[in-house]
Amino acid sequence: MLWLAEPPLGHKLNKAKTHLWDDSMKDIDYTAPRTLAEAAALLNDKGDRARILAGGTDIIVQLREHRRDLDLLVDVKNIAEVNELTFDPARGLRIGAAVPCYRIYENKDIAKAYPGLIDAVSLVGGVQIQSRASVGGNLCNASPAADTTPMLIALEATCHIAGPQGPRQLPVETFCTAPGRTALERGELLVSIDLPAPKPHSGAHYLRFIPRNEMDIAVVGAGASVVLDDKKQKCLAARIGVGAVAPTPLLVPDAGAALVDGALSDALIDKAVQAARAAAKPISDMRGTAEYRKHLVGVLVKRAVQGAIHRAREK
Amino acid sequence: MTKKVHVQSTINGKATDFLCEPRQSLLEVLRDELRLTGSKEGCNNGNCGACNVMLDGRLVNSCLVLGVEVAGRKVETIEGLATPQGLHPLQQKFLEHASLQCGICTPGFIMAAKALMDKTPKPSEGEVRHWLAGNLCRCTGYDKIVRAVLDASGCPSPPA
Repeated sequence: MLWLAEPPLGHKLNKAKTHLWDDSMKDIDYTAPRTLAEAAALLNDKGDRARILAGGTDIIVQLREHRRDLDLLVDVKNIAEVNELTFDPARGLRIGAAVPCYRIYENKDIAKAYPGLIDAVSLVGGVQIQSRASVGGNLCNASPAADTTPMLIALEATCHIAGPQGPRQLPVETFCTAPGRTALERGELLVSIDLPAPKPHSGAHYLRFIPRNEMDIAVVGAGASVVLDDKKQKCLAARIGVGAVAPTPLLVPDAGAALVDGALSDALIDKAVQAARAAAKPISDMRGTAEYRKHLVGVLVKRAVQGAIHRAREK
Repeated sequence: MTKKVHVQSTINGKATDFLCEPRQSLLEVLRDELRLTGSKEGCNNGNCGACNVMLDGRLVNSCLVLGVEVAGRKVETIEGLATPQGLHPLQQKFLEHASLQCGICTPGFIMAAKALMDKTPKPSEGEVRHWLAGNLCRCTGYDKIVRAVLDASGCPSPPA
């Protein structure tokens, strides 16, 4: 007689999962309010049990992989203010928090005025991701390696926030406070990101390093924005933002200041490179060692500054 | 269990009502509720493109869209490509070039390639490769896929 050491296989198959791992999302509620006030009230009521759904390219994955546990998703895409995308050569650019990347790079006026921003939004995932993913979502997800945030920092963006205590504004470099954490208080949501109008003789450039050609998370990212004088030989103002070298994307004031010190030269750019390396406090992980990132941030800052100067001189 | 939501949408040109839970992705709705199993689940996290569909004329990963989000919107899937008169030119060229091995990535690649050709009817090889970066073929048969897309656009393929 044949004895089975284990119960018959059918016993196990009854409970067998169709997946090797559990990647189904837990029960959750969904609502799509039409006003900022309604959204803020819902977020205030639920606190950290609710979160915004815009493009969903981060939050849906986080819920499915049980990296976040929520009761409610608040879809903001029916709210007019977060879908606004307006450019005025005198007043600048307003990017509603839920505007997907493609709307930015497909707008010819915006693409001409903000080539550095276009560098960044074109690098977020592939075309499928760019159909949905928003700059506001990239910012609120608060990844240290977010591709659009260093460029927003270099371009001196301001965050417009709505909430139960009324609207407020924050410089973008203070918005992310730790990996996955932002300055948003209970009940608050990001409404738009405003960029000042490009100044005469200005240029910007964003670069990231990844070990393949497309579709990867930055090992390091660097955005530079410069304003040159009328003769385009001196830098009047410069801002450098770097990503994936600290718990949050960083503004490096010393790197910008180093460029505003006499005629532009390789030596001047090297000072900015040294300042960026000094500011970088990277970790070692699967994408690279801290030492490697420290080296890389200098290389990328140098090239981003050169690219920004080139664009400023081309205009 | 969360109450199911009644969603009215247009799928492949037909007004379609369905019930779904808010946690269900558009991909789950298509496959499990509507039995449109042409769209495949590869990675289920937005990396592989096997679930690609068009949503209001834009290419999206249907695993990263919730079913409830498509209320009032138009969805086109791989099932909508062929007509009673025959296959879509991309489907035909994928067959002629043997651009599939296991076939799981194929519907996604065809939807992505269609989205490219809608925008750029005569893409270069570089444009095809760049556009298809969000679609993964784990059999690694990329070259034949690129050749099929170029052929379907009436562009010469690079020499073998």
